[in-house]
This record gives sequence, C-alpha cells and structure tokens, in this order.
Amino acid sequence: MGKTITEKIFSNHCQRDVKAGDLVIAPLDFIMGQDGTAPLAIKSYSDMKPQYIASSKIAFVIDHSAPSPNEGVSALHKLMRDFAKKNKIQLYDIGEGVCHQLLPEKGHVVPGDLVIGADSHTCTYGAINAFSTGVGSTDLAVAMASGKLWFKVPETIKIELSGNLPYNVFAKDLILYLIGKIKADGATYNAIEFTGDTISSLSIDNRFTISNMAIEMGAKTGLMEVDEKTEKWLAKHAKKPYQSVKPDPDAKYKDIKKYDVSDLSPQVACPHTVDNVKPVEEVEGTEINQCFIGTCTNGRLTDLRVAANILAGKKVHPEVRLIIAPASRQIYLKAMEEGIIQTLVKAGASIVTPGCGPCVGTHNGIPADGEKVLSTANRNFKGRMGNNKAFIYLASPATVAFSALKGAIADPRKI
Amino acid sequence: MLLRGKAHKFGDDINTDYIISGKYKFKTLDMNELAKHVMEDLDPHFYSKITPGDILEAGKNFGCGSSREQAPLAIKFSKISCVLASSFARIFYRNAINTGLPVIECDTTGIESGDELKIELEKGVVINITKNETIIAQPLPSFMIKILNDGGVVKHFQRYSDLKFNV
Ligand code: SF4
Repeated sequence: MGKTITEKIFSNHCQRDVKAGDLVIAPLDFIMGQDGTAPLAIKSYSDMKPQYIASSKIAFVIDHSAPSPNEGVSALHKLMRDFAKKNKIQLYDIGEGVCHQLLPEKGHVVPGDLVIGADSHTCTYGAINAFSTGVGSTDLAVAMASGKLWFKVPETIKIELSGNLPYNVFAKDLILYLIGKIKADGATYNAIEFTGDTISSLSIDNRFTISNMAIEMGAKTGLMEVDEKTEKWLAKHAKKPYQSVKPDPDAKYKDIKKYDVSDLSPQVACPHTVDNVKPVEEVEGTEINQCFIGTCTNGRLTDLRVAANILAGKKVHPEVRLIIAPASRQIYLKAMEEGIIQTLVKAGASIVTPGCGPCVGTHNGIPADGEKVLSTANRNFKGRMGNNKAFIYLASPATVAFSALKGAIADPRKI
Repeated sequence: MLLRGKAHKFGDDINTDYIISGKYKFKTLDMNELAKHVMEDLDPHFYSKITPGDILEAGKNFGCGSSREQAPLAIKFSKISCVLASSFARIFYRNAINTGLPVIECDTTGIESGDELKIELEKGVVINITKNETIIAQPLPSFMIKILNDGGVVKHFQRYSDLKFNV
C-alpha cells in the first residue's frame, strides 16, 4: 500500500512501517518555543527534573510581545534569555522576527524533517516539505527533555489546485477561499497535501502563506512537494543536507478535493471567524479604521513589495492608520535596500519592530471599541487584537494596501 | 477515574481566545490567577458560578485557535473536572491530556446547563443523572488514561524519566 508524505516522514523517523492512525513516539529534528509558550515550558521542564536537554535542536524566539510592553512580560523574557544561555539554546531576541519566518529563513528546517513548535502556526514549514505541527508548552517541555514526542499519525486530505490566479489575486485569497469552503474544523486531526499547477506557479513566500493557514481548517500540517523553486530557495537557506519526500501514486487519502482557481476573486474573512469568508464584492465599501500588514502569514518581502507598489506616491486615507511589521530583520533590511520601506513610510505607514506586532493584541496597535481592522493576519477571533469589541477582517496585502488608500474595503483588481 | 458534577453548556467553535484571552496569557504564569478569567469574554461571571468538580460541555471544535496551554490549564485550575465536547481541536486535545485535564468526545446535544453528570473515564461512559440518560463515548487510548492518572505528562515524566507507552 502506498504512503502519503506524512506516513513516509513518520516511517523514516520511527524506522519502521507506520501508517495513518498509529500512535507513535518519534524523534524530532527541530523544536521551537516563543515568548507566549516557552516560559511555561521552562517551568514544566524544570518540574520534570530531566537529565538531558536537546539543546542543539532547540530555538527560542521572542516575537509575540517584542519589545516587552510591561514588566510582567519582561520577567518572562528574562526567564527565556537566562534559560537559553544556561542551556546553550539558540535564542532569537526582539527584532529578529516572527518564529515561523525565522526557522526556515535561518535554515533550521529542511524537507523531510519532523518539527514541533509551541505555536499553532508551526504548520507553516509544510510549504518546504517538512512535517511541522503546533503543540503546547508541556509538549515543548517533553520534547526538550527527550528530543521526541508522541503523535497519532494523521490521515491526509489532498487538495488539488489548478489554474493561474487572476490579476491582483494572491495566495492569501486562495487559502481564505479554501477555509471558507472546508470550514474551521473541516480538516481536524488531518494532514493536508496541497498540490497542482497553481501551487507550482507560486513563489516560496506565497506557499508559506498557504501552509501557514492550514491550522485554520483544523489541520495538523499543510504539506507541499519540493520542486525547482523549493530547491533554489533551499540552496540559499538550508544549513543541513536533506531528503525530500514525495507521496506514492497509490497513497491512500481520506479525501481528495479539487478546485479551479482561475476565476477566483479577492477574498475577505469577516468577523469573528476565519471561515466566514466572502468575495470582496460583497464587503466592498465597508469603512475601516486601521490596516495591518505583517505576520507569519503575510509579512514577507513579496508581501511588502506588493503593498509598496500600490502605495507608491500616494497617501493613506486620513482616517485610517496603517501599521506594518516586516516578518524578520532580514526582510526589513532587504525592504530598505529596495526602497520599499521609504515608499511605505512616505505613504503614511507606521513600521513597527519585526515580530508579531499587533497580530495577537499584546501591544503595537490595539483597536478601540467598535473599530474595524483590515489585516493580513491569519486570525480574526473576537478579542484577537486585544479588544473584544473590535471587528477584524482578513485579506491579502494587496487588498489591505488598496483599502488603506480608500478608507474602506476595496477591490485590488480595480487598481 | 470517576468524575461527578453539574454541566455548564457552551456552543460550537469555542476558541482558545474565548477560554482565556491572549491579554492575560502573556502576563503571568500564576494559573490560579488566570483561572479567574476563564471564559470571561463569553460569560463575565463564569468563574464565580463554578463548584469544584463541575463539567464544561460544548459543541464541535472546542479549543480551536492558538496552542496556548493556558487554555486547558485555566479550565483545570478553575476546578472544572472534565470537558465534554462533540469534537475537539487537536492541539487543545493534546494539551488537555498533557496537563491532566480529562476530555471526552461524545454527543453533547442532549445535555443542558445544570444537569448533574457522572463520568467513568476508563470506559468512556457519561451518565446524565438529571435526565436519566447514558451516553457512550469512544474511550481514551490507555496511554492517555495513563498520563491522566499520573496527573499529566510532567508527572508521568518525573515518574519514568521518559515517555512510556507500555507501563
Ligand atoms: S504573527 Fe500572529 S499568528 Fe504569527 S506567530 Fe505571531 S502572533 Fe502567531
């Protein structure tokens, strides 16, 4: 019987034949914690009184509240720094960027890897063919103390995408569309394999956007195969040898879904769930107070470039605040070299520290009661940005940038 | 493990931001303090309504959203003994087992707030004493029961210095 990418990665790691449904304990290739989850993991780790720590496979990232907005957070950041120093763990401090940008960018993750991160969007690295999934702090502690973790090997849903995306319609629109169809719990406990000529046509930056949001359908991870584009990207980033993994032609899938996206409209996820997705035509004209471009979904160089092209030589609407957080320092620097940052700032944008920025409501732009925010993030839950009386809409960087000019949700195909 | 308490009913897709708002999770590691804010955005007085041992009950996709372990911990420290839902988001499910909070996937449609429930965890049986009904759920794999009985994966690890499936 053929195997899915997931079954192959687990079989390779367990050194035996493993299939969907099996409960396994598997060795990990990489382990990540961020400032919202690592402090609790450090506590659990210490409580476990282990003899070992998988130092060389661990990275801590201070990105969720970076720089610290108050003394409580500062104490947690210090706890992370001290623990990392003592145990020789790689620490990415404030300003380095969002964890899910950093791990692939710094070469910690390569195809065929089995990776866990104490953050739900760890599924992002599926775009470069790694089985990566989000866990909680205690799982992180167990992983640090043993270098392995228990898993139930998931079944896989295959999503085949065909057709080229139309003008000013992007990967973000595509994944929002899929979430709207499959719904928030449509892929719970499952892995997804994204395939088809649409995926091949996308840049690696855009592929990350898609895998990043697999969790918004409940999926454990969102895998893609390695192609020439991936190889080229890896040549610049990978720091270890790798073996990419393809599914067998006779692999068994739980479901196969096919979509033709050649007529797709820009999509908008409306308050307060990510699967409440509408084509932009239905929400065009909705007035907004704040726009945000950034996050592990859409804070990459490609995204900033798209926004800068739209905002060049123009001014953000006087009643809109535009906040931009590059996903990493490297992206920030490249965006400066290309003149993107100047363009954005001249248009009226506020650039904040590379990191999560206002995505999770810790600081850097918490909306007021009743305000509407249009964001490139991956979640629009009530209270997500720090105020449960605000309304969050999600869209692509193009839709957000164009809407920032108009003061209301606007259709980027009209540029 | 035998659990008993009255039910508190919530709806579908209860995400981790509702269980414990992100604005608290970054502030403290004191779980008793976090527990006071459990489900606050959905019911500002929820914490004061809990009698130790009570059972939280919900529809589909309970615990979706972030990986914050503060979500099951806030529930556990609020003295809720178990969560029943027609389905769980998987990270929440893992985190609940790991932190020693019993969770059962079963048909919750017939259970109402205030119903007195009795749960036999090993067998996966939920008895609604008020309505005189028995709900049969999928029992948890023995490995998970083991972790729950050990009081969570940290205590499990303390005991065996490793993850052990067959003990
Ligand atoms: S950018 Fe937002 S979604 Fe991504 S890791 Fe940070 S808080 Fe989470």
